[in-house]
Amino acid sequence: MTFVFEVLVTLKPGLSDPQGKAVEGSLPALGWTNVHDVHVGKHIRVSVDAADEAAARAQVDEMARRLLSNPVIEEYRILETEET
Amino acid sequence: MTKGTPRIGVITFPGSLDDRDALRAIQTMGGEAVSLWHADADLHGVDAVVLPGGFSYGDYLRTGAIARFARVMDQVRTFAGRGGPVLGICNGFQILCESGLLPGALIRNRSLRFVCRQVHVRVETTVTPVTTDLVPGEVLDIPVKHGEGQFVAGADELAAIEAEGRVVFRYCAPDGSLDDVHNPNGSANAIAGVRNEAGNVVGLMPHPEHAVDPDVGPTGGQPLFGSLLTSVLARV
Repeated sequence: MTFVFEVLVTLKPGLSDPQGKAVEGSLPALGWTNVHDVHVGKHIRVSVDAADEAAARAQVDEMARRLLSNPVIEEYRILETEET
Repeated sequence: MTKGTPRIGVITFPGSLDDRDALRAIQTMGGEAVSLWHADADLHGVDAVVLPGGFSYGDYLRTGAIARFARVMDQVRTFAGRGGPVLGICNGFQILCESGLLPGALIRNRSLRFVCRQVHVRVETTVTPVTTDLVPGEVLDIPVKHGEGQFVAGADELAAIEAEGRVVFRYCAPDGSLDDVHNPNGSANAIAGVRNEAGNVVGLMPHPEHAVDPDVGPTGGQPLFGSLLTSVLARV
C-alpha cells in the first residue's frame, strides 16, 4: 500500500532565522503591523510503499532524522497521512 | 607510507565549483593534485583529502545535506577516523558538518545576502594540518564567497568548541581584532573555521584556493596548503 506523509521541518526555536525576519519585515509595507514571530520552514511530501501505516511512519521518521532534517539546527513534525 | 611528493585528493561532487582551483592550488604549492570522484569506491591512496567549494547537488534540501551520502564519503569517514588530514572549504565545510565529522552547522548569512569579497581571518590554533606553518594570532587575507556561511551550534556545543580550542579561524579586522563589522555572515563568535576533536579534520568558509597566486590577488591561502603538505610529510 502507498502512504503519503508530509514532513514539516523548522529551525529550532531561538536559532537565527534571517529569512523569517525578512518576511516579517515586509508585512508592514502591506499594511499589517500586528504580525510578529514569523518563521520560515520547509515542507516535504513523500509517498512510501509499505505493508502498513506504522511501518511507513517509522521509516519516514528515520528519513526525517537522517536526511530531511539536520538535528543540529532543525526540528520536524510528520503530519497526518492519506492512504492511496 | 608517503615518499616524495604528497598526493592530495580533491573530491568533485555534482555541482562542485572550486575543485579545479583547489587542484591548481595544491599543484602550485608543490603537491601532487589528485582528482577524486563522488562515486569512487576508494581514495586512490591519497595522503590528504580536500572537499572543495561549490553548490553540490544544487544546495538542495540543505547545503551539503545530499553530498554527505555520496559513495566516496564512506572512505572519507574511514580515512578521517584513522587520522588522515581532511580539509573542507566552504561547501566542503558544510558537507563535513552535515556528515558529523565537524561540529555545528552552517546556515543562511545573517544579512540574507550572498557575500563575495576579501576578508581577514585570524589563526586561532596551529594544531591542525592546515595551520602548522602559521603562528597563533596571524592574520590572513582570503576571499569569502557564500550565501550560507553563518556558523551556529547549540550553546553547550559552542562552549565545548571554544573551551577545547577547536576554533581554527575567526573573522577579524586587518589588525586581528574582533568586531561585528568584520563578521561577514553573523557566525557565532566570528568563527570562520573549526576542527574536530582529534584535530585532523578542518573546515573553513573562506577560500584559500583562490588566494595562492600573487598575479591575481592576495596570497593568504598559500600557508594553508603549505601547511597541509608539511603535515603530510611529517606523518611519514
